[in-house]
Parts: sequence; C-alpha cells; structure tokens
Amino acid sequence: MTVIKYSQAIRDAIAEEMRIDQNVFVMGQDVETMGGVFGCTKGILEEFGHDRIRNTPISEAVIIGAGVGGALTGTRMLVEMQYVDFILHAMDQTINQAAKVRYMTGGKATVPLIIRAQQGSGRGNGAQHSQNLEALFCHMPGLKVVMPSTPYDAKGLLKTAVRDNNPVLFFEHKVLYNTKGEVPDTDYTIPFGKADIKRSGKDVTVIATSWMVLKALEAAEILEKQGIDAEIIDPRTLVPLDKETIINSVKKTGRAVIVHEAHEVCGIGAEIAFIIMELAIDWLDAPIKRVTSAQAPIPYSSKLEKLTIPSVDRIIDAVKEVMYIK
Amino acid sequence: MADNNSLLRIYEQMLRIRLFEQKAQELYVQGLVTGSMHIYTGQEAIAATAGELLRETDTITSTHRGHGHCIAKGGKTDKMMAELLGRKTGYCGGKGGSMHMADFTRGNLGANGMVGGGLAISVGAGITNAIIKKNDSVTVCFFGEGATNEGVFHESLNLAAIWKLPVIFLCENNLYQVFTSVAESMPVKDVSIRAISYGIPGITCDGNDVLELYDVLDSAIERARNGQGPTLIEAKTYRWEGHYTGDGYARGGYRSIEEIDLWKAKDPIARMAKYIIESAIADNELLEKIEAGLKDEIEKAVHFAMESPWPDDEDLYKDVFYEKEEV
Repeated sequence: MTVIKYSQAIRDAIAEEMRIDQNVFVMGQDVETMGGVFGCTKGILEEFGHDRIRNTPISEAVIIGAGVGGALTGTRMLVEMQYVDFILHAMDQTINQAAKVRYMTGGKATVPLIIRAQQGSGRGNGAQHSQNLEALFCHMPGLKVVMPSTPYDAKGLLKTAVRDNNPVLFFEHKVLYNTKGEVPDTDYTIPFGKADIKRSGKDVTVIATSWMVLKALEAAEILEKQGIDAEIIDPRTLVPLDKETIINSVKKTGRAVIVHEAHEVCGIGAEIAFIIMELAIDWLDAPIKRVTSAQAPIPYSSKLEKLTIPSVDRIIDAVKEVMYIK
Repeated sequence: MADNNSLLRIYEQMLRIRLFEQKAQELYVQGLVTGSMHIYTGQEAIAATAGELLRETDTITSTHRGHGHCIAKGGKTDKMMAELLGRKTGYCGGKGGSMHMADFTRGNLGANGMVGGGLAISVGAGITNAIIKKNDSVTVCFFGEGATNEGVFHESLNLAAIWKLPVIFLCENNLYQVFTSVAESMPVKDVSIRAISYGIPGITCDGNDVLELYDVLDSAIERARNGQGPTLIEAKTYRWEGHYTGDGYARGGYRSIEEIDLWKAKDPIARMAKYIIESAIADNELLEKIEAGLKDEIEKAVHFAMESPWPDDEDLYKDVFYEKEEV
C-alpha cells in the first residue's frame, strides 16, 4: 500500500490502463502539457505521445461527440470535461447519442466511452462552476454513473470504467483531488454496483456520495462520542446502484439519512428513499431524511456557499432527528 | 473519371433507392410505417456516387433522411424494410426505425434523429482511423445544409481540420430546412464558403450530376486517404417530397409547384439513363432488365418484412447496456 492523492490515483489509473490497452485515447482541454487544470493527466503525454493524448479546442460537443464516434469504431475514448458544468454544451452528444446508440441499433453498436468530469462546490466558483449534475445522467437509460470518494475508489473504479464497454460518466470532486489515502501497489479494479460500507454501525444508516462521504464520516465520529453508532454507506456507483447493501443496512438500523451535495428535488436521494420505502418500509422506525444543497444555484459568496453545502452539523442534526433525539 | 461499370452500378443504386423510397411511402400511407419518415427521392445521385467510391472498410454517418445512404453503403433492402416495419429482423431489431438505420457490417455508423448528430461522430471515426489504427480508411459524413447552422458543425469541422482527419463533410443542400428556405436561414449563398473558416477546401457542385459528383468526391476521398485532411463538399440538390412523409405544405405551400417541376426536370436518374444510352454504355433493354430486377427485390423485401416476427416483449429491456465480457 502507498498513500497517494486522489488526483494521483486518477493519473495512475489512466496510465496503467493505457499501458494495458493501446486503443485507449485521451482527449480534452489542456490535458497534454499541463495535465489539465487539476493535473490528472500530467506525464501521460511524455510516456505515451501525441497519438494517445491530445489537447482539444474548447469544444465540448465535439469532444463527447467524437468520443462516441471513436468508441463506435473501436477506440476506447477517455475524454475530459474540465468542469462538469461544461457538459451542458454537449447534452445531445451525451444523452441523444452516447446513451442511446446501442439500444437504437438493437445492440449492434458498442460505446466504450468514459467521460471524466470534475464537479462540486466548496471552492467559491459560483453557480456555473460548482454544480453536481449526476442526477441528470442517472435519469437516462444507457449511462453508468460513478462518484468515487477516496483515492482507492477513484483508481479502482476508473480502471473498471476504462474496461467497460458502455458510456460511463466518472465524476471527480474538485475538493477531493488533494485528499490522500492508501492505494494497493498491485493491479486492482472495483466492480460497478458494489457499495462500500465506509464505517460499520448499528443505530442509523447514512448513505452519502463523493465529498459528502468524508463529511458523513466526520459526523459519525462526533456522534460516536454522543453514543450514536452510525453506519456510513458509499454507493460509489449510482448506476448501477447497489440496492442490496443499502437495504441490508436499513433493515439492521431501521433509520436512514441520505446526504448528497446536489440539489434536493429529483436528486439521487429521492430515488434511494423510494427504494428503501419499497423494499424496507416495514423495518423503518422513522421517516427518511435528506441532507442536500439548497434548491438554489450555488452562490459565490463564501458565507452563502458554506450555508448551502451540507455540513457536518446538518448531518448530525438529521441523524438525531431520525433517532428522535433532541 | 468514372468508368462504365461504375456508372452502371451508380445508376442501379440510384434506382434501388428511388424504388425503395416509393415503396416505403406506400407502406407509410397504409399505416405500416409509423412516426416520422424522411424520403430521399431526388437526392439519389449523392449517396449512390459516394457509395460507389467508398470501400467496405470506410465508414459513413447518415441523417434523418438516411435510407439512401444506407443502401448506397451496401445495406440490404429487406433488412431495411423490416426495420421500417418495426420487426425483429430489421437492421436494429425494430428498435431504431427510419431515423436510426445503421449497418455496422458495412461501415454505416447510423442515421441520426438529431440534425447535425453525425458530424461529431464522423470526427471520432476519423480519430480511430488516422490516429489510433493509422490506416487509410475515410469517413463520409452526410448532413443537410440546415445542420451547418448548428454549433456542432463548427466544432466538428474545426477539430477535423486542425487534426487533418480523413473525413469528407458532404452537405446535401436541398434548399429547405423543414419549411424554411436557405435564403432565410443563411447569410451566404453557398455552404462551401464556410470551409474558409477552417482552412480546408470548400467545393460546391451539382448534386444531381453523377459525373461531376464522382470527380469531386474522388479527389476529396483521395485527399483524405493521403492524410491531407477534410474537405467540405456542398452538393446542391432538391427533395421532391416534403420534409417528412405527410408534409402537406411542401407542394404549393412553402415551395412553389413551378420550383418543384423545375427540379424534377433535373432528375438525376433520368439524366444518368440518358447519358448511359447516349454514350452506349448500355442499351434500353439492359436498363429495363435492371429495373425489373430491382422491383422484384423491393417486393421481396416487403414480403420479408411483413412475414417477419415482431420483437419479443423481453427485447424492451435488452441492449440498454453492453452486458457481456465485462470486468
């Protein structure tokens, strides 16, 4: 095991998969020389050359659209959106083309396309550079959605994504790039659709995604001191979603809090809450609570931004609420 | 220059497309084909000529008006007809229909319901051929003049040009984007002028003249194969029918009867037949034999489609994801 940064885990996953498969091609804005804004592709050009990684113009539609075309013709396209907000320029390519082409052709088309995108708030980037858009893509059949919270998960899941023959949206969090964690020195992958229990507990189930996993873990430590034993579940992939791990946990604890940074309305929390209602309602001892960002665009002012992002305190409050503790 | 055999094959393909479209319209009127169907009649020379010049390993991206492209790239009319009827034996198992006809065995990466949808995809095919596989295959990207007003047109031609990708951007300018004329939607007379922005050749040609198309396409394809990059070709043409089957405004509404008649007089198939006879490439008897053979083929295609089973209920959830050989 070696302790590395989340950004390094991503870089290592890309380099390792490019060594294994000559058909992996990386493109995006500034990915070559500077390794992108967050350095996730630094060193790839030097090792693999200009025919394996290329800078593109600021052209999101053709980055993803050509990603589809390359994938259809046998290239494993690993494309980058500098900010997830920019993918909105390429919704036709992502949702009308990438997601549907296999189905529309009756299974004749195969689309090994990985769209890496950096998302999330917490850095004062304002409303158009701070969004969490995963729910938009979870809604559309044909797309897989991955949200790693640790360096270990980021590397293992990205390697799986590169080997998958479907379009995968791989959402990295800007706040997590500098976080560190242990990663095995040998080759490993993490299967999609397998949640990770980040902390075992018996009193309450907290389902959290991406950066919110770290906040939930922080909340759990404080709660422990107050005699509350929280179980923290990180789904890791939202499509496919590991319902079983979530349901088993809720059946054990009888209580659930869902934490995500995206807005509340029609967010993944609504979906998870419904699944719990369908499959474990008889085990519930309290209504499910959601902790999310406000139903407002992400504000610039650091004071307001702090207010909108789910905080450790808000997670603690929600846990106490489902436990009827004042 | 096209040799006589090429010209005869192009003629046959044009006629195959025309007869297929006539039959498809009949089936639509009978309610056997549903949704939106966009007929290629009048534009046959463009697809047929491109198809003749392309190798089986070359690829195309097609449009909502894509039946002609599919046939020209070697698509089988029986599987196409079955797709139009939503049957399991169709090219897409009945799940695509007219606007999503694709034949990966022949390099047809698919028709597209989105205007301009194939542009970026063709660029991706160019990346595979030129950068990853390093072969000399090319991609012909079909699109209408309406697509050149979409933002993705700019992004696609720009990227293809800076990376010198082997893509032939073949614009079929049929003068109307749905009900709106070119004059109302573009500040320039010719689409080909737009090539200047990308530093690539832009050529306007008569899209109803096989001989001219052949030479223009031949040199653009050669250029792409040699690694010299993309070309924008504008083939001026006309769709005889409405934007979609059942478009009641196409005749005497947003287009005058005189205009339609003027273009019908430039019928690419009649023109080619005349040339073939006058140049003694073939006689009338041979052309009639070709037509009889094609009519028979189309009838058989309809029969095949009608006799084919509908998709199974389980097919509803199949092919959303690739599910084999995964990690």
